[in-house]
Amino acid sequence: MKKINNIYDTLVIGGGNAALCAAITAAEAGLKVLILEGAPKPYRGGNSRHTRNFRCMHPAPKAVLTDSYTEEEYFDDLLKVTKGKTDEKLAKLVIKNTHECYDWMQNHGVRFQPSLSGTLSLSRTNAFFMGGGKSLVNAYYRQLEKLDVDVLYEAQVTHLDLQGNHIKSVTFHYQDEVRKLSSKTVIVASGGFQADIDWLARAWGPAAKNFLIRGTPYNKGVVLANLLKQGATSVGDPTQCHAVAIDGRSPKYDGGIVTRLDCVPFSVVVNQNSQRFYDEGEDVWPKRYAIWGRLVADQPDQVAYAIIDAKSLDLFMPSVFPPIKADSLEELALKMGLEPNALTQTIHGFNASCRTGKFHPTELDGLATQGLTPAKTNWARPIDTPPFYGYSLRTGVTFTYLGLKVDDKAQVQGKDGPIINLWAAGETMAGSILGQGYLAGFGMAIGTVFGRIAGQEVAKYANH
Amino acid sequence: MQTIEILNLDTNTSEQQALKPLEQARRQLEICNACRYCETYCSVFPAVHRERSFSDENLKQLANLCHNCRGCYYACQYTAPHEFDLNLPQALAKVRQESWQDNAYPAAFAKAFHKSGAAIGAAVIVGFAALLWLIQLMGTHSTTDSQANFYDLLSHNLMVALFMPAFLLPLVSIAFSVRRFWQDIDAEPLRLIHIKGAFASAAKMKNLAAGHGEGCNYEDEDRFSQARRYFHQATMYGFLLCFAATSTATLMHYLLAMAAPYDLTSLPKILGIIGGISLSIGTAGLAYLKLEADKSLGDTQVWGGEMAFVLLLFFVSTSGLALYWFGQSPWLGELLALHLGCVLAFFLLMPYSKMTHGFYRLAALIKEEQNKV
Ligand SMILES: Cc1cc2nc3c(=O)[nH]c(=O)nc-3n(C[C@H](O)[C@H](O)[C@H](O)COP(=O)(O)OP(=O)(O)OC[C@H]3O[C@@H](n4cnc5c(N)ncnc54)[C@H](O)[C@@H]3O)c2cc1C
Ligand code: SF4
Ligand code: SF4
Repeated sequence: MKKINNIYDTLVIGGGNAALCAAITAAEAGLKVLILEGAPKPYRGGNSRHTRNFRCMHPAPKAVLTDSYTEEEYFDDLLKVTKGKTDEKLAKLVIKNTHECYDWMQNHGVRFQPSLSGTLSLSRTNAFFMGGGKSLVNAYYRQLEKLDVDVLYEAQVTHLDLQGNHIKSVTFHYQDEVRKLSSKTVIVASGGFQADIDWLARAWGPAAKNFLIRGTPYNKGVVLANLLKQGATSVGDPTQCHAVAIDGRSPKYDGGIVTRLDCVPFSVVVNQNSQRFYDEGEDVWPKRYAIWGRLVADQPDQVAYAIIDAKSLDLFMPSVFPPIKADSLEELALKMGLEPNALTQTIHGFNASCRTGKFHPTELDGLATQGLTPAKTNWARPIDTPPFYGYSLRTGVTFTYLGLKVDDKAQVQGKDGPIINLWAAGETMAGSILGQGYLAGFGMAIGTVFGRIAGQEVAKYANH
Repeated sequence: MQTIEILNLDTNTSEQQALKPLEQARRQLEICNACRYCETYCSVFPAVHRERSFSDENLKQLANLCHNCRGCYYACQYTAPHEFDLNLPQALAKVRQESWQDNAYPAAFAKAFHKSGAAIGAAVIVGFAALLWLIQLMGTHSTTDSQANFYDLLSHNLMVALFMPAFLLPLVSIAFSVRRFWQDIDAEPLRLIHIKGAFASAAKMKNLAAGHGEGCNYEDEDRFSQARRYFHQATMYGFLLCFAATSTATLMHYLLAMAAPYDLTSLPKILGIIGGISLSIGTAGLAYLKLEADKSLGDTQVWGGEMAFVLLLFFVSTSGLALYWFGQSPWLGELLALHLGCVLAFFLLMPYSKMTHGFYRLAALIKEEQNKV
């Protein structure tokens, strides 16, 4: 086993994208780096393991990225989803840097591929990782090996000793022992707190107990809570999280991308009482899938059911589990645990309000119901062609917004100004940039840009 | 303080493990089809993404498109201990094996030789013994005579009488098997354009380079390396050169009435020596990589049979080279028996060994070209 002692210039807490980018940058600047990754090796890489792309600004076509995506357009897209709750300076810093990040990533072993089948809408804005986020994570760990960076797995940090404006030591659990290390500098890149269901329930209310966590079970916000308790400044709404509607049969943690369900626009969605509660056809799915997490969270027992018929089965990407299938609506209701009469009534009511018109699965077709509340404003076709199919829906949490406040040097802010030897990158400080909403591929952009900034800053500090 | 429970690190629910190869592959590919992260690693994934559900025929074709590079294993966020328990390289290897074994004539032979290295070893020993016995029985010179030429030990006609059928019959058997596979996967009649496309990717071993051209994840976990591709090239081209050497020698013998031995600058010798060296290096390299690689990402049941087969090929080429160099030694008889014994065993085992993979893969690639248009 490796000797663990106080030889390190910097301790990096976490083992996902932000931590790895920071560690590589610091090590390349000549620092001796130790990574403390809380997860065991097979689960290393946190939520970054589950990602597929990052959003990249580019003035002209660039490798797998088509056309151009300017800084202004990128920023506008961000403003739209955050409804203005954006730190303009930090956001623009990230956006500008993504362009250069593409080459940096490639030089450090990341390989890109054109946008995946079924995601054409992102081919201009997002560069996809060949093999997904885990292969990106693997590539970075290979870089660390070359740079002689030490990595401890199952090393869970529990406490940072903040004295005045200085971190004196870092305490962590490793191999059944409590250990303590001091180093010149510390980088926190340990993600959000979404895997701590109790914390979620305190913030959101008891309904959160029924939420599923889409990513790693190891992001429990232990370090975040520890620092906030000691007076580090927080940003982001503590009661909010990014949540989407996913297949209700998914695992409690770590189901990842495959639990996504794209059937809602072509379906009728009912709650446990077989009642509809929202316009399923409000907009194209990528623009709506985030609000459905909340909608489902507001239903009894935080569950809903999407019902389609044979006409629609092939109109959306397949998902991880085959749908529940039945030859009649009554049978489907029974199989899904719904009251057969109530469900058939709702569907018949819906069918009666459908009108004839042109159905267009890939655009807003205006095929709306008549005289129904709530209305379905697009893609409203009767559910009448057996076999019928059903999916259960639950709320799947992607990440939380509450985080550490940092400045443009990634330095963590304390009660009275910066904590001089503490930096943060990735999810754990993303609230400094976006206060609500989310833009696909922006999480990895923040982690890469701020991870690299943190790495550069610790090097400046340690070498001065 | 909060404690963090370590996730079930030793899942592998027995229920999933108990699935039959086809069911297991179907379960996993349905997950891949919802994920698609590996889309550009190889030709398996684009073929997967064309389907919504997978028939047995689909699965067998897909399995033969996979060359077990393992990229999709190390890149997968769902491998054990995750409860989805993805191990696509293994799942496809099992379906592939099943498709070779079920289609072989007679299938029982295939089942024995694919799985058992010992059976292959036994076949070689039998081949060697038979040849030694023949040489002693027929040879005009005693095997210790240092001036012996190998046609004195075993006449040309006898060699042809022995090896022609030993070569052609297995080929006929393979032809039948692959035809059965061809029907199995619902392929259309052959057309030149499809064959051209398939050969183009096979000749360059395009897929062995992976989507980014950096090779397989084979001998050192998730590190990409070209080693397997290059050793496989050396093996395949080495084999073809040796084959060309034998063919030209046969032509020279019958058409030009030029009998062996040929001198060093003759075509058969040049082809044979280059091919033999290439084949020896290739097979030695493949055997080494096989030892380094994680067994559980292939079909563990056939590891021994595959290894023995690679070694058999190594012995075929190395004993052939030894014949060139030690042709004048008192051990000529034994060497000749060893070489010919290996060749005989190799020929006869072709339909029941890894050797068939090339034929099946080609069929699967042609079918893929058909599906693309
Ligand atoms: C299913 C899914 C898909 C996503 N897809 C995308 C996408 O395509 N593009 C995109 O940009 N974003 C995506 N995101 C968001 C993205 O995952 C995050 O923004 C990004 O991974 C954050 O990186 P990070 O390094 O900050 O955190 P993480 O990658 O989550 O890393 C946190 C690390 O800290 C470790 N850790 C936690 N607590 C401790 C502790 N106490 N001690 C030591 N270590 C600890 C964890 O084990 C982990 O290694 C996705 C998220 C999910 C859940
Ligand atoms: S092997 Fe894993 S990462 Fe690759 S496509 Fe399949 S599920 Fe996705
Ligand atoms: S092992 Fe390689 S060839 Fe086989 S499916 Fe996976 S990526 Fe494709």
